[in-house]
Amino acid sequence: MTTYYTDEHEWIRVDGEIGTVGITDYAQEALGDIVFVELPEVGATHKKGDEAAVVESVKAASEIYAPVDGEVTEVNDALEGEPALVNSSAEADGWFYKVKITNTADLEGLMDADAYKKFVEGLN
Amino acid sequence: MRYLPLTPEDRAQMLAKIGVSHIDELFRDVPKEALLDKPVNLPPHATEMQVEADFRAFAARNLAAGDAPFFIGGGAYRHHVPATVDYMIQRGEFLTAYTPYQPEISQGTLQALFEFQTQVAQIFGMDVANASMYDGSTAAAEAVLMARRITRRKKAIISGSLHPQYIDVINCTTAFTEDVTVINPVAVDGVEDLIGQIDDETSCVVVQNPDFFGNLQDFSQLAEAVHEKKALLIVVVTEVVSLGAIKSPGEMGADIVVGEGQSLGVGLNFGGPYVGLFATKQQYVRQMPGRLCGVTKDADGKRGFVLTLSTREQHIRREKATSNICTNAGLCTLAFSIHMTLLGEAGFRKLAKINHAKAAILANRLAALDGVEVLNKTFFNEFTVKLPRQAAPVVEELVERGVLGGLPVSRLYPDDKALENLLLVAVTETCSDEDLDTLVHELKEVLK
Repeated sequence: MTTYYTDEHEWIRVDGEIGTVGITDYAQEALGDIVFVELPEVGATHKKGDEAAVVESVKAASEIYAPVDGEVTEVNDALEGEPALVNSSAEADGWFYKVKITNTADLEGLMDADAYKKFVEGLN
Repeated sequence: MRYLPLTPEDRAQMLAKIGVSHIDELFRDVPKEALLDKPVNLPPHATEMQVEADFRAFAARNLAAGDAPFFIGGGAYRHHVPATVDYMIQRGEFLTAYTPYQPEISQGTLQALFEFQTQVAQIFGMDVANASMYDGSTAAAEAVLMARRITRRKKAIISGSLHPQYIDVINCTTAFTEDVTVINPVAVDGVEDLIGQIDDETSCVVVQNPDFFGNLQDFSQLAEAVHEKKALLIVVVTEVVSLGAIKSPGEMGADIVVGEGQSLGVGLNFGGPYVGLFATKQQYVRQMPGRLCGVTKDADGKRGFVLTLSTREQHIRREKATSNICTNAGLCTLAFSIHMTLLGEAGFRKLAKINHAKAAILANRLAALDGVEVLNKTFFNEFTVKLPRQAAPVVEELVERGVLGGLPVSRLYPDDKALENLLLVAVTETCSDEDLDTLVHELKEVLK
């Protein structure tokens, strides 16, 4: 499994043709206490860059963009009752949704863990 | 705020800054023939005393609601507003109705809004209400937009007995969104097959209770059918006093309830400002438009009130906000809330009873007149009467006799010949027994 990162602070962990999408630890830290996550519908199809979800913190509401083309196969229902999972475990239990990747070439433009780490350091 | 008029130097500086030599150049996109090239033709200056006298003379030609027996409803109702309401809303603590973004200096306003929301949620039988919308019709339009956001479907089915002006406002608003409205034919008796029209594309069904023609309905079955198709039921209430006597929309299974709150505290006000009511189920609260006030505890554990869920709102997320309905009817919410508080639950129920009792008496007496037929099987304080001739001239003749006898339906459906003999008659606690006598007597005379 490989994890890729976007410059909008989403991550996607790829296992075969299925990718799991969430926001990075850096993003959750910047947003503050997360109070709500609006998840996509299972079966929805997104183009890379489409708005796929909305995350709402006490400070702001932000869009989450699809990192790849694909169809949503599963959403993390646990976030409905416990949105704070995104704060406590942004890159594991706080995942947003799973997507069946239709165009693996989309992954090529994304960052790996090291590149994202450098990208974030550049922001601080 | 001081008013500082511009000096010629100010103007010259500004024009120089944007690279324009003369102010006329700012209008160069306007075709020459469309520009006014001579002074506007206005009468010469008159003295203040003269203007006042002229306007007094104009005003004296009106027959005002409070000066005659009054039976006009159709979405705006004349109720008695206790003097306490006006006194209270003029207190300095309440004089700004502006959105109280700073809770630390706005606890009074915030608490009033919170109590308003509580009252609205209770009478509608819903979980949560906002504070507030412009008026009933814009609230209804917002409800349609909200149903699309929730269901991600676009087709709204609109009852033919919804107030026609509400239909207009919904149509006007949805002309600029993706919503598609299916408007049913006018249903004077409130009977229509809405259930048969619900399909998998339907976002919502919009109905009114009591409807525009005064009929009361129980929408429980409709609610079930709507929910079976995973759509939402929107119930509109234009006469909130009815809720003191009839089953609430929430008890019938409504998902969104909107209404006009003018009946309590606000008065007729020449048609506005009014106050829009909006309530929904807890599960939909994030898709609700407008401001929400919540109760919380401060750092010392003391109760406090704050605006909540603000990240849905346009001051934080302009283009993604649930709605850009961007002001509120703060002072009218306060008036509503004070009036409701003065009534209390027992008073609210009693007020509803009085309204209905008087309306029932008048309906019976009108139905006994030759050629006059009351069309409603059920009603609260307003019903539809079929006259032996066109209603509009009858109303004019009644005005000549000093009675404001009702609303000719043709006023709102000018092109529908089938409705031209219909008269909407509303009766509230402000109608005395003598007023009822006068209407019955004068109508009898006019119809002779």
